[in-house]
Amino acid sequence: MCGIVGLFIKDPALEPKLGELLTDMLITMTDRGPDSAGIAIYSRPDDGLAKITVQSANPSADFATLDKDLKEAIGKPVALKVKSTHAVIELPMNQVEAARSALAHLCPDVRVMSAGDSLEIYKEVGLPKDVAARFDLAKMKGTHGIGHTRMATESAVTTLGAHPFSTGSDQCLVHNGSLSNHNSLRRKLAREGIQTATQNDTEVGAAYLTWKMREGATLGEALESTIDDIDGFFTFVVGTKDGFGVIRDPIACKPAVMAETDQYVAFGSEYRALVNLPGIDNARVWEPEPSTVYFWNH
Amino acid sequence: MSKQTFDLSAQSLRELNSALHALKGQTNQTAWDIVNPRGSHAIAAGLDAPLDVTVHGSTGYYCAGMNKHATVRIKGSAGPGVAQNMMSGAVIIDGDASQYAGATGRGGLLVIKGNASSRCGISMKGIDIVVHGNIGHMSAFMAQSGNLVVLGNAGDALGDSLYEARMFVRGTVKSLGADCIEKQMRPEHYELLEDLLRRGEAEGKAKPEEFRRYGSARKLYNFNIDNADAY
Repeated sequence: MCGIVGLFIKDPALEPKLGELLTDMLITMTDRGPDSAGIAIYSRPDDGLAKITVQSANPSADFATLDKDLKEAIGKPVALKVKSTHAVIELPMNQVEAARSALAHLCPDVRVMSAGDSLEIYKEVGLPKDVAARFDLAKMKGTHGIGHTRMATESAVTTLGAHPFSTGSDQCLVHNGSLSNHNSLRRKLAREGIQTATQNDTEVGAAYLTWKMREGATLGEALESTIDDIDGFFTFVVGTKDGFGVIRDPIACKPAVMAETDQYVAFGSEYRALVNLPGIDNARVWEPEPSTVYFWNH
Repeated sequence: MSKQTFDLSAQSLRELNSALHALKGQTNQTAWDIVNPRGSHAIAAGLDAPLDVTVHGSTGYYCAGMNKHATVRIKGSAGPGVAQNMMSGAVIIDGDASQYAGATGRGGLLVIKGNASSRCGISMKGIDIVVHGNIGHMSAFMAQSGNLVVLGNAGDALGDSLYEARMFVRGTVKSLGADCIEKQMRPEHYELLEDLLRRGEAEGKAKPEEFRRYGSARKLYNFNIDNADAY
């Protein structure tokens, strides 16, 4: 079992409340996944700046001089915002790859959670309410976001085993289910130059979509092809810089419910997760069909 | 007779179900309104008295599971496993039902006025199910007895490996499961359907002659040595 929540804002007036709404949805899904929790938030990008979200098991040591060290290494301005075990590095758009190489050298124990120009990912082990409080998720603003509460099956309960997973710029994925062919697919993706950081099945699902989109597929096409290429149980919810998508495997035993109003599109593993959304009583509420791609773009 | 109102935003689900379970046999508190269900799980599960319970809103997992004697109405949609293993009584849903509605039901009547998703009536054992809309894939899988009436369309693998349940579908069937075949409608089936449509609050929405009947070809009943390689 796991819990998934997602919110895609259509009415900009609701953007300041994204974090608050998504945090409430996430905490409601605690009994589906009390092991760890995570959230991916997309916000309107600042002009010309990219973001890298990093995580450390020893943040006070690793983040103390990271901005200065990184600035020296890449020779460009760098800003660092520390949030508990995570930090967001802001830097010029074309400096992401240089900064990632420098990071691997400067502090090899620091993990990159996400990179892009609008995505930030925060995830940790612990109860969703504690994870949300630790990162002050309720105060975050944005255009769309995805959250996950994890009950681990396929790999250990660690920060890196928590969802969302990001394997490409501004891309992320959360998953309820378990994949059967992730080992062979991981090897195939490695041959295509797509690297994964963990032994987790979900990360392979994320990496698969990254590969498909790198090869020219749209988000919708990439999701469609999971039906043929990914074996196992899955309800995936994915985010891109301006999009939000959902797909369920053909058996569709992992629950899913969606709601749409003029203001938003929402996803929940259960209807309970949606009950506090504004106007939910008049929303169009439905269960997404198996093997069917749903996606929305800004 | 007095009407009871129970507010799930003020009192707990356990208090509700304890109060309902305490009512056995004859009682004057037969009519209950449950407000603010907010998708909670197991609302009015395990009832064992002739109560009339109305849930004003949508429910989570296992609403009215194991129902005996009671009538439970849901003025919204129902989550997975609604009326699972119902013994008798009735469950009437105004909206849609999620997966495995009415699973393993042994008796009583389940009415879904919207659509039902996958595995509706899986392993049904005597329950009658009337769906006004469509049903999803693998419905009536291994169904043993009872009737499944669908006014709309059925998804893939309808009635896979079924025993003696009857299925009546008015619309299209995407595919039939293993050992499920179309069968002739005989006079007794029109009569049966007329009664089911009336009890399923679908009178006027469909006529018995618009339906096709599906059932077991009974070829999987006994082990066939020619299939040994398939196992």
